[in-house]
Amino acid sequence: MKGTYDKAFENVIRLKVMSILMVNEQYDFNSFKELLEVTDGNLASHLRNLENQAYIRVEKSFVGRKPMTSYMATHEGKKAFQAHLAFLENLINENK
Amino acid sequence: MKDPKQDLAEIKSMMERSSRFLSLSGMSGVLAGFYALIGATMAYYWLYFPNPPFGDGQFSHLGGGILTNLILTGLVVLSLSIVTAWILSEKKSKRTSNQLWTPAGKRFIQSLFFPVTIGGLFCFALLHQGFSIFIPSTMLIFYGLGLLNASHFTLNDIKYLGYGQAILGIIASFFPAYGLVIWALGFGVLHIIYGSMMYLKYDK
Repeated sequence: MKGTYDKAFENVIRLKVMSILMVNEQYDFNSFKELLEVTDGNLASHLRNLENQAYIRVEKSFVGRKPMTSYMATHEGKKAFQAHLAFLENLINENK
Repeated sequence: MKDPKQDLAEIKSMMERSSRFLSLSGMSGVLAGFYALIGATMAYYWLYFPNPPFGDGQFSHLGGGILTNLILTGLVVLSLSIVTAWILSEKKSKRTSNQLWTPAGKRFIQSLFFPVTIGGLFCFALLHQGFSIFIPSTMLIFYGLGLLNASHFTLNDIKYLGYGQAILGIIASFFPAYGLVIWALGFGVLHIIYGSMMYLKYDK
């Protein structure tokens, strides 16, 4: 069977985070929070989880005086996501 | 494991909502078109009335008063359109419970207004150098290119509006005598057609 089911994307928040980072070069913490409608703590723990697996990369910077934390997908993260996506698609095709 | 179809639907929805500004209201396009038509009618009265709305385009009687009126009218039409788009888009984003100011929204505004601002400055240069007959075509061309540029960050349909404006702009540059009429076609009629199509397709 093509594709690999990735446990990292079993959680729907992590799945959504990765989907966003596939089409945006970078995305910041507050925008994630607004779009996903999750609490700070919940989002931070999922982001840390993805970061620990080296699927995403963090960049901290300042906009004026406000700190901004941006995230981007790593090469491995993108590959893992594509494999996961292929798995899901295959699963659907087989069950047709 | 959950339903893979649901997962795929989530992925698709997140990709769209995070990268495209989806709250742009169709009705605001219709209203912008009406403002433009009213503005163009006023310009017609100042420039050509009681003759038909085209001429040699040299505006021989373009006194300082008329020029100020034209510029003011243009600015009022522009501001009214922006304010209308803002208010109606805010309403739409509340109704669809999307955020209005996403990173995609900011990119949409930037990619539209950079070409439009450059075009606006270029129009002032044309006016200053005595090439005012090319102002309607320049406005249409730069606005059309701005829309094409911005179409990557909103519903893709807007690119057809962009093609329409840019093509009308090129036509107007070859027939500057018809500049005002073609301007009204682009900023007025095309906006109304596009706005009502978007309204029927997405907002109803």
